[in-house]
Order: sequence, then structure tokens, then C-alpha cells
Amino acid sequence: MSRFDRRHFLQLGAAGTALIPFGRNAFAASAPGNKRLVVVLLRGAVDGLNVVVPHAEAAYYEARPTIAIPQPARDGGALDLDGHFGLHPAMAALMPHWRDGTLAFVPASGSPDATRSHFDAQDYMESGTPGQKSTADGWMNRLLTALPVKRTSTTALSFGPTLPRIFAGPSDVATVPLGRAAASPIPLDRPIINAAFDQLYTGEDALSRAYREGLESHKKVMKDLQADMMAADNGAPSPDTFGQDAAHLARLIKQDPSVNLAFFALGGWDTHVNQGGSDGQLAGRLKPLAEGLAGLATGLGKDYQDTAILVMSEFGRTVHENGNRGTDHGHGNVMWVMGGSVAGGKIHGRWPGLESAALYENRDLAVTTDFRSVIASVLAGHMKLTPGQVAGILPGAPTGDIVLVRA
Amino acid sequence: MSDTALARHLADRLGFGPRPGDLDHIAKTGPDRWIDQQLHPASLALPKEVAAHLAQLRTLRMSPEETFLEYGPPALREAKSPEQRKDIQERARIVPAEAIEARILRAVYSPAQLEESLVDFWFNHFNVFAAKGLDRVWIGAYERDAIRPHVLGRFRDLLGATAKHPAMLFYLDNWQNTAPNAPGARGNFKGLNENYARELMELHTLGVDGGYSQDDVITLARILTGWGLGGDGSRAPQAAAKARPFGKRVAVDRRFPPAEQKAQGRRGGTFVFAENRHDFSDKTLLGHRIAGRGEAEGEQALDLLARHPATAKRISYKLAQYFVADEPPQAVVDAGAATFAKTDGDIAAVLRTLFARPEFRDPSGFNTRFKTPLRYVVSSLRASGATVRNFRPAFGLLQQLGQPLYGCITPDGYKCTEAAWLNPDGMTRRVTYALALAAGRLPLSESPADQPAGPRAGARRNPDGGALRARGNEPPVNVETLIATLGGISEKTRAVVTTAQPELRAALVLGSPDFMRG
Repeated sequence: MSRFDRRHFLQLGAAGTALIPFGRNAFAASAPGNKRLVVVLLRGAVDGLNVVVPHAEAAYYEARPTIAIPQPARDGGALDLDGHFGLHPAMAALMPHWRDGTLAFVPASGSPDATRSHFDAQDYMESGTPGQKSTADGWMNRLLTALPVKRTSTTALSFGPTLPRIFAGPSDVATVPLGRAAASPIPLDRPIINAAFDQLYTGEDALSRAYREGLESHKKVMKDLQADMMAADNGAPSPDTFGQDAAHLARLIKQDPSVNLAFFALGGWDTHVNQGGSDGQLAGRLKPLAEGLAGLATGLGKDYQDTAILVMSEFGRTVHENGNRGTDHGHGNVMWVMGGSVAGGKIHGRWPGLESAALYENRDLAVTTDFRSVIASVLAGHMKLTPGQVAGILPGAPTGDIVLVRA
Repeated sequence: MSDTALARHLADRLGFGPRPGDLDHIAKTGPDRWIDQQLHPASLALPKEVAAHLAQLRTLRMSPEETFLEYGPPALREAKSPEQRKDIQERARIVPAEAIEARILRAVYSPAQLEESLVDFWFNHFNVFAAKGLDRVWIGAYERDAIRPHVLGRFRDLLGATAKHPAMLFYLDNWQNTAPNAPGARGNFKGLNENYARELMELHTLGVDGGYSQDDVITLARILTGWGLGGDGSRAPQAAAKARPFGKRVAVDRRFPPAEQKAQGRRGGTFVFAENRHDFSDKTLLGHRIAGRGEAEGEQALDLLARHPATAKRISYKLAQYFVADEPPQAVVDAGAATFAKTDGDIAAVLRTLFARPEFRDPSGFNTRFKTPLRYVVSSLRASGATVRNFRPAFGLLQQLGQPLYGCITPDGYKCTEAAWLNPDGMTRRVTYALALAAGRLPLSESPADQPAGPRAGARRNPDGGALRARGNEPPVNVETLIATLGGISEKTRAVVTTAQPELRAALVLGSPDFMRG
């Protein structure tokens, strides 16, 4: 029995139905526990206006004399999406997903809170409660708690050495090392050492729990990745670490049906100086991002059908470029969602435009879609959570104003 | 409470944990007198051999101008080939590498332990990221000149020294901050850049809820227009302008004739006030009038921010969080803030207040703070009594655990709380390291010159941490000596240790829950 079949078999057991799902939307009706969500947070505020470029607007080009992305037909031009918007040319790797209808963009999305502090804005985006600093946990931990699955040590994976705010909370999350370290054996794999240290960490305190979780997820991850990696890249590290980590995630998901949530944070978007246009600094960050996301989609294979990938950043950047050929902290930004169930090939939400009168505080793109609406739409439509569950995860989020997932 | 327990608490909190003999020394000196010595560390000298080791670190004796000339754009411009340029960029890595080496050695060996903790604290408070362009060549000088001299001094001096240091001017972009209509506004110096002004209030002084508005951010940015880098005038070193903020390369610009570039480059690495880029209008900051008169406006603004009640509260809170508890008792924070206000920001006085509080001395708070990666690794090297000449195994663990020195990309610096650092993967990595250290398998006493490839400053991802591969040949750590150094271990740990195989015992102590906390 192939792994795919085995999983399907388990799923049938849970759902008590014998329907064999085929075709793109067949999985949308499968049990909620098999739905996966991958969140990528671009820390530092990516310049969304140069990601999804309003190339049909003169105001865009007037505001950005040196860093604008040219119109589609021109040299280094944007890749046209719908005649009004175009994608940054460094992100060409995502275009197949736009064309096959599994990639959707939500421009002018963002936080109802006005802060232009990276730290506050990220905090709000991770707590899911903009304007409220007292929230102790992150929305992905609340989501993890609400998932209708039996949680294992690898139900939620956080890539990178430290647990991010978005995963803070009572449910345990595994941290997966970045790069090749994820598949390396450690001395604790030896039974005699393992047994000795286990005795130190038998309690229910935070350290003991972290120790046990760490060991368990290490064993699972190592087992899943090791053989595969040896064969696949013959020991050569990938030139781009996000691409490598995204490929790890794809392998883990294929090997381990219990992976439901994953989180990545990528830095380096705070382009106050010499941001560049079609080439340059920002382009150099967008290219590996797009290629990593496309690689994740490809690597997931059939599992892409059950996966939603959500990309977000704490706020947008000023419409006008600053005196240093860069952009400062702004307000509205773009979010995007990829995955088999996504109502893609479409620009969602209301576009307020870049005319002076439309700008927020006379300088920034306005927010017309609350970032929580975007997440809520994915939680309801893709993760199949009830309105009550969504409200528990994102209290006060507007609902129903945007539909990002196919019915 | 036993003398030993309090001594251990002080060694853990004021410093990076005990070295062999430290607890006896603290108990014999008397806790209060020992604290007093730590608050006035002038007489606490480094051991001779450590001082001699540090004296060999050449870039730490160089001024920012000198490292700029030798490793920065002027040197790159004179390179004859792409290979030569690459070579210079490779060699520039020595600057952060030597800064890392010095920081780790001092933390392990300096008897002025509080001073070393405060270097950690204040560096993170005024964080600069070593891999942002030219900050690579200035990182060591930044800590040496802007942070170290002031860690127990006046907050205003620390604030002023960081504000004018080229590393900070470059990191938060203020060197390009220009009044849009000023005569010197051209090229890359065309307009306001709010980055530093915002973080100066949000992170360095008032705090995000400190009562300032977006208008205040813009006003402060206008006040600080023209606070720039030497070799700039209206134009600034062009190569620096092209440096990639988060990348590895310093690009070379050839638009200016070589002679002019050379003249500009010679003055790189110094603070200058570029009058022709300053906004001379009168301004109102936080309700205070600031008459337009040039550089003095910035000084007045720094005075205002340093003396603001929100700053006193924020600094006291952060210090109390670092030294007392992740969520420090309000009474402790209030007491520290009152001292801050009364003494015009005398850091040593604020600390004296915090260390005298009953909450700080309550035994129920002992051994409760989860160590940051830096505290964990340094405390392990101290407790084991290891001879540390090679800093790379320690740095390798810091990279693995996500806290490489000088590698925090964001200006809020590394956090010091359990929530930030306790995670499953980190626990297995700490235990893995403890096993290697205890068995003598870390090459700690090898001369760094014998080591392969240097650390990449700020690289957050060096997953294998090659330095941690077991290949050292050091004496294994003696478990009885280790336990005596620590003044004992918990009953539970002792029970596990005594029944374990002898060669695992020291590792079990260093990898125990007791030792993860301090």
C-alpha cells in the first residue's frame, strides 16, 4: 500500500465514508483533520507595492521614480496578472500557480492597527489581536489547540531555532532546525545516554516537556528526512536555505500525515535604502522566496491539494520612495494564498487606489481587507473550522467579507 | 539561606555563573561588598594571559576610520581585480570574528562579571547587526567605544555615544537622513529617513507606549538630519551607499574620480554633522520647543529623551527583567525607575537599588531564570574550569541556538526571557553540547590560528556548527569538582548522577534542569 493510500485509508476510517476522492476539488470535502496550513511571515515589512504592482496606475510610477517595476511589456517589466496588477519579475516561479488557479492575492490588506513599529505590528499579526498587547498566546497555537486531530509531536512545526510568538501557547510545537542539521544524528540517539538524561526530565514542568518533545520530534524528523536527503542531493547543501527548508517541509508532510501546521519566518525586507527595482536588493530576496514556495508546492505533489500556504508581512511600505531610493514604514500591504483549494488566479478584496485622496494618512496604501479576514477565510474554507472555532482563534475578526477558498 | 546559596545566586545573576573557587570568594568577601566591587570594577583586572590574548586581536585596537580604510570601500576601490576585492571582503571577516572572540573570553574570564553582563544587556538594548554592510568593519569598535565605557555610567552618555557612532548611524540609516530642501540634498541624500528616529524613541528610550506620535517621529528625524558619516559632506562614501543592508557584499562604485573617492574615503568612519543637509527650522518635540540651530538640537532631543519619565520606567523594567525575573515585580521596577529619575540616569545606582530589593534576595527566586544561549554556554565554560583559547565551539552553539553574537538582525536585540529561548530543539542541542564539553571533546584549548574557516558574522544558519563536532582532546570534566564549583546540585539531579555511568556524570550535571537555569 503506498503512503498515499494508507493515509486515505486512515481518513476513511475516521470519516466513515467509502468515497474515493479524485480531481482537484474532491479533497475539499475530506475530513478536516487532514488539512494543512503553512504560514510564511516576512519579518521587516515587505514592499507589497513592488510585489503585486499596480502597473495600470500613473500614481504608482509618479511616486516611485527610481524603484518602480516597469509595465509588463517593458524591459524588466512586471508579469501581468489581470491587466491592472502585475507580479514582480523576480517571482516568475509563481506564475504557473497563478495560471492554474491555485494562487490568489489580496492587495490593500493589513492591520486595523495604525502602528508603524515592526515589533508591535508583528506582535499583533502573530497574536491575531491587533491593538491588544495582553494576548499571551499566538493564533497558530490557538489553531493547533482547536484542530480536530489527535496531536502528535509533529502536528505543528516551527522552522528555526526559537519558537515564534505566533506559536506561543499551551499546545506543544516542534522546532525543526534549519538546513541540513535537521537530519543529523545526535548523541542522545544512543540508548544509554538517552536513558540517563530521560531521568532528569520526567516532570510536567516546561523544561521536561520541551526536552521530551525535542527528542521525539528529532527522532521523527531524522527518520523521515535522512534516507531521502542522502539520495536526493548527495550531500550538497542547497544554495538557498529557504528553498532547502521548504523542501524539507514537503518531505516531512509526505512522510508524516500528522503534520498539520508549519511556520517559517524570513527576514531582510526592511528596505529603507537602495531597495532596487526589477533587480537589486528586494528582487534578490523575492526570487528565492518565490522559488522556495514553488518548490514547496511541487514537492508536496498530491498533498498540495490539501495544503494552503499563506504569506504575510506586518505592514506595507510608503507609496512614495524616500530620499535614499528606499521606502519607509507604511500601512496596507499584500497577502497571498496558494494551495489546491484556493480560489486562485484572482485578485481579491477592494483596491483603494494610489491617488492622494485615497491614501492612509496621506502617505500609505489604505487597508481595505483586515489581515484577520484573510486568515479567517482560510481557517473556515480550507481548514473547515466552524464559525465559533474561527472566532476563538481570531476574536473580533471580520468574517465573510472575502472568500479565498473554493466552496 | 546559606551563604553558598546566595553566593551562587549572585554569581548566576550578576555574572555568568561561578568558576572554581568563586563561591568561596564571594562568601568570604561578603555579598554586599562583592556587589559593591562589581559596581565599581576598575580594580578588577583580567588574568594576565587573557589580557595578553586579547592584546593580540589587532582589529580591536583599530579606530573605525582605520578598519574602514583597511577593509572598507577605500581598500576595495584600490583592488586590482575581482579576486583581490573578494580577498579583502574575506579578510574583513576578521573584525566581527575578533569581536566575538574578545566578548566570549572576557565573559568567561573577567572578574568584572557584572560589567560583562551589562555589555550583553546594553549591546542588545542598542543593537547593531554586524552583517549589515559596513557595520561589519565597525562592530568591534562600536562595542569598545560606544557601549563598554558607559555600561555602569550615565544613561545619557550611553545614548549619546551610540547615537554618534558610525555603526549605529549606518545600521539605522540616519547617515542618509536629509532635509528634503537643504542645499546638500541630492543623490542618495534627498530626503528624510525616519528609521533611527523611530527606534530611538521606541526601543532606546521611551518605549512604544511612551507617549509619542508619528508627528514626533518625523520631528525627531528632522532634528537629526545631517547627523552623518565622515567622508560624506553632502555626498557620503558612495560605496557605502551601495552596501547591501542585509547582504554580504560591499559593492564598489566607480562614478567618482579616484582622487575624490580617496579624499572622501579617508574620513570615513567618523561622525560628522553635515550642516548642508540639516533642517534648520524650529521644531516641537513631545511638546517641547526646539529652536532650529543645528547639531545642538539633536543633543537637546537626546537630553529630553534620556530624562523622560517613560525612559526611566522602561530602562528600569528592562534591567529588572534581565537581573530579577522575566516578569519583574512592579515594586522593583518602580524603585529602579525612581532611582533612575533621582540620579539623572546613573546606571550603577539603579542596579544598586535592584540588588538591594528583598525580591531579588528571596531564595524562592534563586535558580529560576532560564538561561539565554549566551548565559548557558558561558556559564558551562566557567563552571567546567576549561582552558578556553578557542572561542569557536561556544560560538557554534550560539549559532545553533539562534543567538550568534552580533547577529541579531532587528534593532530590538536578543530577548532574555524563557519564552524567547526555551524550545524543544534548543534543549536537545544544549544536552548534545553538554555531552561534548564534559567528555573533553570540544577543542577549547587549541589556538584559534589552527582552526579552519572563521565564523561568518551574523550568520544565523550554520546548522552543523562544525566546531561542535567531537574532535577535541581535552581532559574530561571532573564531576566532583564541578558540583563543588556550583555549590551543590538538586536532590533529583544528584540521584540521577550518582547512579549513572561515571563518564556521563559531568554531562548530566551540565545538561540538568538545574544548570539550564540560573
